[in-house]
Amino acid sequence: MTALAAVIRRDVRVALRVGGGALIGVLFFLTVVVLMPFAVGPDLALLKKLGPAILWLGALLASLLTLDRLFTADHDDGSLDLIVMGRTPLELVCAAKALAHWLAVGLPLVAATPVLGLLLNLDAVATGAVALTLLAGTPALTFTGMVGAALAVVLRRGGLLLSVLVLPLSIPVLIFGVAASNAAISGPSPFGTPFSILCALSLASLVIGPFAAAASLRHGLD
Amino acid sequence: MPLIDLANPSRFLTLAGRILPWLVAVTTLVLAVGLYQSAIAPDDYQQGATVKIMFIHVPNAWLSMFVWGVMSVAALGTLVWRHPLADVAAKTAAPIGAAFTFLALLTGSLWGRPMWGTYWEWDARLTSVLILFLMYLGLMALWRAVEDPSRAARAAAVLTLVGSVNIPIIKFSVDWWNTLHQPASVVRMGGSTLDRSFLIPLAVMAIGFTLLFLTLHIAAMRNEILRRRVRTLQMLQASKSVA
Repeated sequence: MTALAAVIRRDVRVALRVGGGALIGVLFFLTVVVLMPFAVGPDLALLKKLGPAILWLGALLASLLTLDRLFTADHDDGSLDLIVMGRTPLELVCAAKALAHWLAVGLPLVAATPVLGLLLNLDAVATGAVALTLLAGTPALTFTGMVGAALAVVLRRGGLLLSVLVLPLSIPVLIFGVAASNAAISGPSPFGTPFSILCALSLASLVIGPFAAAASLRHGLD
Repeated sequence: MPLIDLANPSRFLTLAGRILPWLVAVTTLVLAVGLYQSAIAPDDYQQGATVKIMFIHVPNAWLSMFVWGVMSVAALGTLVWRHPLADVAAKTAAPIGAAFTFLALLTGSLWGRPMWGTYWEWDARLTSVLILFLMYLGLMALWRAVEDPSRAARAAAVLTLVGSVNIPIIKFSVDWWNTLHQPASVVRMGGSTLDRSFLIPLAVMAIGFTLLFLTLHIAAMRNEILRRRVRTLQMLQASKSVA
């Protein structure tokens, strides 16, 4: 347990310091959201309608683009080999690393949502709903994306391939995240159903992701 | 015959050489019968002759999922049993599966034009097949990204298994997404409401296409084994000429 806590503490600290790049994700999120009005026009009513979708897409892309940080730095300096050979189960270490990554990258995205909601003319309820769904859904993005990150580090060429592999897997999260936000804002359909499914997706990826990532690391690095 | 007997590629090659001519003959026969039956099947009272696209479309759609199943079994073979032929099977199945998926999309689109008035509709089924197609392409890209075949095999095996967990989830979520946003305006083909005059040709075509996949797959596996041997020989040759 102490080993896992140490991994989490180390990863969060590394991510937050110079060269860690945790906050670049938030900056990217902000940039994507700011770009949107230039594409669809400064129509506040339209932006309000598209708001949840824009925020979700921005968060999805931001968490996707920061994913390659999950393993590459450790792979470059050799500590990944030590982790793979270590006594702590690799699955648990992968889960801990993904949790640390989420704390450093995913949580700031959620925290930034209220500010970005203002830019998109979302009212308090809508902003709260989007932030809540992002809080529930971004762990799923991180934990499924971790599989792609593990594959990419094994293949030594991440980048576009990682995106191509991970994006289809994140479709369910996107669907239910946006659906839950829209249900809370305007829809006649209940908020509870898509939100519970979103939580279920996060929990399921919490189980599947570490195992698949650990399998690809273990098979790929030897 | 246990699968382990096939672990020797030479034995597999012999067996494939013996089976393939028969398989080709049976496939041709079944497909010919199926096509004939499809041709003489009556026109639908609403859809007219376009209903015959179904006899091509449905087998392709069925195979698009079946091939992923085959790849998942092969992925288990790679990761769990380390069966030497499993990665050959997985690698060669991916392009064939992608081709079937593409044909399902293409025929579906051509069928959609006269029926729905549009080539593309964000219908739940079409969308999930499109995502399946994207995942096939991603898998093929993964295979091509690594030079060492056994490393590529293990990476692709993990992705295939993750995909086989995810595909039902994607299918479910896309169904949910579509039914929420759209009233039931899209023409949907109810499987159980199909008349016998359509059902029998469809079954024959489905069997024929499955046989076609088996034939193509075994032939592709044989080619892949031979290709790997050629590569090994070339490497040997190159190392000899250097030394």
